[in-house]
Amino acid sequence: MNEILIAFKRAALLIISLDRELLEIILLSLRISLSAIFVATVAGVLTAALLAFRRFPLRGAIVSVLNTFMGLPPVVVGLVLYLILSRSGPLGFLGLLYTPTAMFIAQAVLAYPIVAAMSYSAIRSVRPEIRLAALGLGATGFQASLAVVRDARYGIVSSVMAGLGRVMAEVGAVLIVGGNIAGYTRVMTTTIALEYDKGDFSLALALGIILLLISLCINLVMYLFQRRMTLAD
Amino acid sequence: MRLGKILLAVIILMSLLSYTHGQTRIRCASTTSTQNSGLFDYLLPIFEKETGIKVDIVAVGTGAALEIGKRGDADVVFVHAKEEELRLLREGYFANRYDVMYNDFVIVGPPDDPAGLKGLSSATEAFQRLAQRGATFISRGDNSGTHKKELKIWKKAGLNPKGRKWYLEVGQSMAKTLRIANEKRAYTLTDRGTWLALKDKERMDLEIVVEGDPVLFNQYGVMAVNPKRHPHVKYKEALKFIRFLISEKGQKAIATFRDSHGNQLFYPNASKGVRIKPIE
Repeated sequence: MNEILIAFKRAALLIISLDRELLEIILLSLRISLSAIFVATVAGVLTAALLAFRRFPLRGAIVSVLNTFMGLPPVVVGLVLYLILSRSGPLGFLGLLYTPTAMFIAQAVLAYPIVAAMSYSAIRSVRPEIRLAALGLGATGFQASLAVVRDARYGIVSSVMAGLGRVMAEVGAVLIVGGNIAGYTRVMTTTIALEYDKGDFSLALALGIILLLISLCINLVMYLFQRRMTLAD
Repeated sequence: MRLGKILLAVIILMSLLSYTHGQTRIRCASTTSTQNSGLFDYLLPIFEKETGIKVDIVAVGTGAALEIGKRGDADVVFVHAKEEELRLLREGYFANRYDVMYNDFVIVGPPDDPAGLKGLSSATEAFQRLAQRGATFISRGDNSGTHKKELKIWKKAGLNPKGRKWYLEVGQSMAKTLRIANEKRAYTLTDRGTWLALKDKERMDLEIVVEGDPVLFNQYGVMAVNPKRHPHVKYKEALKFIRFLISEKGQKAIATFRDSHGNQLFYPNASKGVRIKPIE
């Protein structure tokens, strides 16, 4: 129990002292996770809209695959990406292994199915009258679809939050493709794993507390954003 | 929706920030035990100051480190599995291998020593006794240098413990394996460095039961990834790093390195006055 108390104290000290190394680690974590979620959101919402508004063969199969991939084990994603990005792999010439870019790709891959599948169900749960009403008012098919997506925005923001939660907390994939290189590819979660390995439990826990605080801030902003959207209705 | 736009702008800005940096860097695949001891934090700044080259350490098990090197995903490897290193050197995956330093492995176990290993000077005999008495033994089981050493000792003892119910393969790092041994009141094979670091920090209720057998000697070596096989590697810089490690200065730095409890963890033993010949 003592360790937990010490951890809170150390977390507070770390925040107050604004340790430069820690700050860089936090910034890198944010940069990788936010850019990953950005790409995953664009791709995921597009996919969701396509699946919801277009009829094409294997649509149901794709939805099932997306739902399954929501549970992709990060280590598996990491390993597959490792083999692809390795110098001996098909994309080895790019020299991306053990770079932040590789970590960004891994996280985008992890977040994409979550955003796509959850946005899809959000779009699907919009009442069909909305689309019909828009069409009745003279909207084009594209405009009507846009109106439906707009109506599903609450659920879409939730899907983005879920995706962000996953990538911020993820360690397995970024450890494999990033290599946890000090000052280069070391992020919050891999630092926590390392400090645990080194036996500094209270520091590991302190870093965990800070990571949670950051997630809390991001979620608060998203929540405000979501609430404002509802109020605007 | 202004908040939304600001949010979006921040996110896009974050994504556009490039990840690049100018400094010359080489990548060294090494082992968790070396990294966790703090040795690199001590050595690398000295090397960086001298050459301006930044060394990125990817710390994994020895098996994985060698694989990463074989695949060309590192420029240099710094590991401890001499026989295998020499084999891969012969097979042409690596070039310019040198001994750098050593420490040793020890067998640790519960202080009440249920298998009665204390007083034995032979690790092989100790393993035989463990098997006879069916005392719980925690194996790394992760193809690391320590695991390879352990398997070698079992082989020497003429035993195959795999699948026996007292033999637990945990597939984890040395520190985690020691913690499991501590919780389970079991025996395990560990490098002395990790043991010393953890024993004090985590008040481990285990002690060394067997040490000093020559078979427990733990040689660390460094070698460059063969540029003929992987033309993209930074061979010249890798050689600079190797040269530093076996130089008088590097060797002295290794000898003066102490962990946070003041223990010496590594003993330099590179041959003196070696001239490194780059392969053509």
